[in-house]
Amino acid sequence: MIYREAGQFKNTYASDQAIFPIVQDRWIVLALLVAAFCVPLVATEYWLQAVLIPFLVYSLAALGLNLLTGYAGQLSLGTGGFMAVGAYSAFKLATAFPSLPIIVVFLLAGLAAALVGLFFGVPSLRIKGFYLAVATLASQFFLVWLFNKVAWFTNYASSGTITAPPRTVLGVMVTGPEATAGVRYVVALALVMAFALVAKNLVRGRVGRCWMAIRDRDIAAEIIGIRPLRTKLLAFSVSSFYCGVAGAALLFLYYGSAETLAFDINLSFLVLFMVIIGGLGSILGSFLGAAFIILVPIFLTNAPEAVGLGLPVALQKQLELMVFGGLIVFFLIVEPHGLARLWQISKEKLRLWPFPH
Amino acid sequence: MSVKRVLIGMLAAAVIAGPAVLAVSAQPKEIFIPLLVYRTGPFAPSGVPIANGFVDYFTLLNERDGGINGVKITWEECETQYATDKGVECYEKLKGKAGGAALVNPYSTGITYSLIPKAAVDKVPVFSMGYGMTASADGRWFPWVFNFPTTYWSQASAVIRYIGQKEGGLDKLKGKKIAHIFHNSPYGKEANPTLEDLARKYGFELTLLAVDSPGQEQKSTWLQVRRLNPNWIFLSGWGVMNQVAIKEAASINYPMDHFIGNWWSSSDADVIPAGDGAKGYVGATFHAPGIGFKVHQDLFKHVYDKGKGAGEKARVGEVLYNRGIANAMFSAEAIRTGMTKFGNKPLTGEQVRWGFENLNLTEQRLDQLGMKGFTHPVKVTCEDHEGAGPVMFEQWDGKKWTIVSDWIPTMRDVVRPKLEGAAVEEGKKLGYTMRDCSKEK
Repeated sequence: MIYREAGQFKNTYASDQAIFPIVQDRWIVLALLVAAFCVPLVATEYWLQAVLIPFLVYSLAALGLNLLTGYAGQLSLGTGGFMAVGAYSAFKLATAFPSLPIIVVFLLAGLAAALVGLFFGVPSLRIKGFYLAVATLASQFFLVWLFNKVAWFTNYASSGTITAPPRTVLGVMVTGPEATAGVRYVVALALVMAFALVAKNLVRGRVGRCWMAIRDRDIAAEIIGIRPLRTKLLAFSVSSFYCGVAGAALLFLYYGSAETLAFDINLSFLVLFMVIIGGLGSILGSFLGAAFIILVPIFLTNAPEAVGLGLPVALQKQLELMVFGGLIVFFLIVEPHGLARLWQISKEKLRLWPFPH
Repeated sequence: MSVKRVLIGMLAAAVIAGPAVLAVSAQPKEIFIPLLVYRTGPFAPSGVPIANGFVDYFTLLNERDGGINGVKITWEECETQYATDKGVECYEKLKGKAGGAALVNPYSTGITYSLIPKAAVDKVPVFSMGYGMTASADGRWFPWVFNFPTTYWSQASAVIRYIGQKEGGLDKLKGKKIAHIFHNSPYGKEANPTLEDLARKYGFELTLLAVDSPGQEQKSTWLQVRRLNPNWIFLSGWGVMNQVAIKEAASINYPMDHFIGNWWSSSDADVIPAGDGAKGYVGATFHAPGIGFKVHQDLFKHVYDKGKGAGEKARVGEVLYNRGIANAMFSAEAIRTGMTKFGNKPLTGEQVRWGFENLNLTEQRLDQLGMKGFTHPVKVTCEDHEGAGPVMFEQWDGKKWTIVSDWIPTMRDVVRPKLEGAAVEEGKKLGYTMRDCSKEK
């Protein structure tokens, strides 16, 4: 009844092609955005540092992988490696050119990752599916090995740790130890918002349609005139660009300092799980998946204590892993298309409510 | 339909309520110490005894003395699985709890690196006992970080000195082959620059062999070892990596008394899986193994006999268990030192920091604590957060560890200048400036 589009007429092409064609959606999204920017005023540092910032950073990475795997249908296990490229190139750029604005550093780091992604995307022209996943796995191991092996990438730090240098935007400290969690959150939010908007427009435009055509049946796509070489490589480079920026954000806005261990194969799996659980081929799904993977374990860790159950930490951790694993299996059985599909179903239901028949 | 509703409801609840369940408590009456532990995952073999030693010592203080100078100690464990992101989350969760953390023990070099910049802003002292960033031993650049009784670099120099002793003099090292097998992480890499310097100075041939985390897979490393046939091997491993390395060494019949683990690579859990093959394996340490000290009798009497022990009674006295005790004791003594200036009440992080910086743990004090001979006396100063304590060597005889050397001094003349240089570099990275220690009181 409330969520009803009756009476909303589209008089122009522009209104018909809007990202959120329904007025209610527009208001909800706008309200969410305003609320999101107001969060630092009320949230504690723990919320920002341990919950919201990682959520945003991983959302960005999931968004990147979703473009590649969800929209273009190219399975990739190299996300961690591409994020490492982003983080290390951002570190090198920021330390080599201290006057470079940090946002430019992020974008350049994304470009570096895009180039590397382009290179590692070449096998996708010949191999598909699981075989491609194995090929991208090679990139994951190679890149991490490279950053571990070549000391130049870490500016010859004896421990191999890279540390985000202090940098400002418009006179406000956004990275380094003095940057408050609130500021870093706002920067991450702005980055994610801008990139989500670009991604949304990419996938509903010509590029996204080409990707989806290749995903659904590459031979048919080729016959109707889509060039697989360009389309697949574009998907790889755009996806790696996103992952690269996410990697830079992971280092500069979340960890503050990191070593290659932070970008190991587990990260690739984590982001892939986010995409699968959130919903392949859905922008919203990337966010839902990241929220599920990041927030549910934190909830499970804190829940027993909140209800007054003082469990030993080891038991609690094992319980958390079991329940979390169980939830993943459960969701995949109940809704194999991911959380985004769940949202879509409930939206359909809401439209008809309270007269479902 | 209903299932899905429940599901959606559950998910929404989890997402919203997740972090909200953290309660904020009122005025502190007790000292609160967050414990970052890892009792699960590939590093659990090393993590469990440390955590137990830590908790047991605090329980002992509470049971026997009613806390530190009458102020009770509380603590909360948080599972990190040795992962940096989990460690940061734990730190954020616990730093403000119960009136604020007195100090933090990260128990991972990776987590230490992440906490060093944060802790200075939050005014929580980081106590990375014998691990973490070696450069942070220069207190002029890193006022909030303490890594006494000694660092990785000092340890590496003591190991070389020990090898020199066994070879009959440091000059005999010329032309000898020494391999360093290390965990490919900030922790494992720490010793490398010092070893390289010493290799140049004493003319031994150093080979660096990295093992990727977590270290279950070392076949190629040991193939290289067989080809190289080094005179000595130095191991910087952690968790499951140590067990695998020692087993591999035993399987190629490498002479175990020429195989030296650093102090994170020589505990009971590391050698037991290799069985008799591990006999003769040598490890570095800065405290004694075993249960032959008065503090252990107190632990049995006040903690274990009352059923308040954190682990099994039989595992009290393991090397890493004793390390947990040492760490808890250093922390408690630092707080006690702080109380001499600020009074017997729960101290803020800043006050505990002063306590750390003015800690002077004498032989006499160790005796009072029931730890005579357990560890070396330590004196921390504003410039020197390391104390540059000497290192002992212990050997595994198939059943227990025994100390086989005297306290071996580190090569401070080699380590300290390098360390000060590194402190400038690391400090500048974080935008720090050097403080003037003559102005500190």
